[in-house]
Amino acid sequence: MDLRYSSEQQVFENEVREFTLANLDPKAARKVLEGSRLEREDFLTWHRTLHKKGWVGVGWPKTFGGTGWNATQQHIFDEVTADAGAPQLIPFGLRMVAPVIMNFGNKAQQDYHLPKILSGENWWCQGYSEPGAGSDLASVNCKAERVSDPAGDHYVVNGQKTWTTLGQHADWIFCLVRTSSEGRRQEGISFLLIDMKTPGITVRPIIMLDQEHEVNEVWFDNVKVSVENLVGEENKGWTYAKFLLSHERTGIAGVGRCKRIVKRLHNVAKQAKSNGKPLIEDVRFRDRLAQVEIELRALEITLLRVLDAEREKRQPGPEASLLKIKGSEIQQALTELTMIAAGPAALPYVREGEHGAADVEWLSSEAFRYASGHYFNFRKTSIYGGSNEIQRNIITQLVLGL
Amino acid sequence: MDFSLTEEQIALKDSLGKFIARDYTFDDRWKVIRSSEGWSRAHWNQLAEIGLMALPVAEADGGLGGGGIDTMVVMEQIGRGLLLEPYLGCAVLPAALIKAAGTEAQRATLSEGLASGETLYAFAHTEPGQRYERAAVAMSAQVSGAGFVLSGKKITVLGGDCADQLLVSAMVSGDTGASLFLVDAKAAGVTRLAYPMQDAQRGADIDFSGVNLGADALIGTRGGAQAAIDYALDVACAALCAESVGVMDELLKQTVEYLKTRKQFGRAIGTNQALQHRAVDMMMHVEMSRSMALEAAVAVDNPDAAARAKAISGAKTIIGQGCRFVGQNAVQLHGGIGVTHELAASHYFKRLTMINVTFGDSDWHLARYGDMLLAAA
Repeated sequence: MDLRYSSEQQVFENEVREFTLANLDPKAARKVLEGSRLEREDFLTWHRTLHKKGWVGVGWPKTFGGTGWNATQQHIFDEVTADAGAPQLIPFGLRMVAPVIMNFGNKAQQDYHLPKILSGENWWCQGYSEPGAGSDLASVNCKAERVSDPAGDHYVVNGQKTWTTLGQHADWIFCLVRTSSEGRRQEGISFLLIDMKTPGITVRPIIMLDQEHEVNEVWFDNVKVSVENLVGEENKGWTYAKFLLSHERTGIAGVGRCKRIVKRLHNVAKQAKSNGKPLIEDVRFRDRLAQVEIELRALEITLLRVLDAEREKRQPGPEASLLKIKGSEIQQALTELTMIAAGPAALPYVREGEHGAADVEWLSSEAFRYASGHYFNFRKTSIYGGSNEIQRNIITQLVLGL
Repeated sequence: MDFSLTEEQIALKDSLGKFIARDYTFDDRWKVIRSSEGWSRAHWNQLAEIGLMALPVAEADGGLGGGGIDTMVVMEQIGRGLLLEPYLGCAVLPAALIKAAGTEAQRATLSEGLASGETLYAFAHTEPGQRYERAAVAMSAQVSGAGFVLSGKKITVLGGDCADQLLVSAMVSGDTGASLFLVDAKAAGVTRLAYPMQDAQRGADIDFSGVNLGADALIGTRGGAQAAIDYALDVACAALCAESVGVMDELLKQTVEYLKTRKQFGRAIGTNQALQHRAVDMMMHVEMSRSMALEAAVAVDNPDAAARAKAISGAKTIIGQGCRFVGQNAVQLHGGIGVTHELAASHYFKRLTMINVTFGDSDWHLARYGDMLLAAA
């Protein structure tokens, strides 16, 4: 038993750090570190940089062009790149649909889609949630009717998806659609890959608590999708969907990003003043910072244990729910603590570009400019990816057997 | 012991309730948010007609001489309707400040426009790099001839976007205590950057660069404003406590209604015990907060400043915690729709969040309360 990195792992850590510092666009890093909103290109530039290095398929096996890294290496990569201020690798292609295509897609789908996911040519978004469905994913109403066609059979898709994160940037969407209304609700669901440029698709923004456009509604009106874009078997989509979700849950913990926020909070607590003294001397604030930092360490070790166990079984088990719950709680605690540190500076609503640069400088300190916005934004983390209540139900039933 | 409201207070509550039901629906409120001022002068005048602006002004100064409970009744309704008009910033807070700091003649002069609602005052006190400390005034007032020259910066001034007259705390060189000055918002050297707050209320950062003031700009005695500042901020905290009770109560209602109507896995989500108990905990926070809002409302009329301060900080501690718990869980129980800008509940959540960080969050007031225990030990 040893909780430190081995010397080989330390060599790897240094290699990742050196590469990141040498190749990460400082402007994008600055945006990430100060918490301002990233453009599509900010994400993609970093993605392409990693792709050139052969590092973008972080969790992918080598056979599909991935790094073949083990769980610890993946974690080190996540931690080091997050610390440097690298934009997050958008998970919808790399971490979500790609494993499904690798495990359940046919050769043609693998050959077409996986290289384009790796290169960043195709940006993916997720078509799971529907209005009124929430965490009850099996209540899929978006319908796909199979039509015989001499030129090749196709589905006609009608319905609506919602909470589609960054769907405004996406080239492709993976969708759960209802192909049968017989039997159990879970049985008539299929997994379709849909080109966002297909006629009949409309994307509408949803404005969130922080008044930003991050998620969307996606409407399908008689959208024609070739049967070649069906993954696996018709009506077996629920199996693939659950497989994907368990992958989502390990990635959702966000340990690397949390460590970066903690570091930033240390700086803030030294610089900000409370009652004439540095905020870090305020015992209540210091206790709160210490508490969340300790919890983060506990989460990190737990994550490494889960990832380590995963190596044997190949697929994350229901314990991934624990990571999602604690991870989201810690992310929320950290954004809340930053807002609390800001004090009255948390009050103004500052929109990027609304005031001139000089005004914004004048308006509020850089450290706190987005503090409240982030706090509001992060309320989603205990709701998305299966709400924390649903995650607790999963543990109740599948881990504790209650 | 008597928890009942007077007939006048009940009438006030009812007329405000009717005003909100008739003129301040969520759709009406959207229109106000989207207007360039971000609040409505027509609504302000309607509120003045009901007597709201005269309410916190002393009878001797031409007002209605309302006390803590009167302000509580009003603020709770304002919270319920999530009103955007700057009643706290431009009426309650300046009225308390003028009452406590002004000379008899100043009180009479300043109160006239205040009580009618024609003149908007705002209190410019918080400075950059500060959190909630009340006595750390760095803004300088240099003696110049018979008058003063004001230099420095104030931030997050409630109602600072629209105020005609600013009440500014500053330190005259050589003094050990703050003084209070009346500054015309249009005076040379005053620059303000107005902005919406996170909860759609409005405020401003205000820069004073060499603003020339006459001797008559000094409100009350030189170097002697701190007690009045403490009083006014305590009055503002009590008002925020009352407002938050209205916000929380309304948000709890909306959330319980949602639990009853929203169906998932084939049944109302409110049938899940985990969610039921969460709603119960929210309700307990609301009731504890309601009790402490009463405590705060009574305390502002207590001439014993130490007793007042302790009650206020006790109340704002409980209420800050209530704001946090009720707000966060209302969003959580609403699920995805709860984090959208279009839902009313999310606006109530944001107001609660901002109430906690206005004039001291729950941690700050807990520390202030604890310091008083220590001082008495």
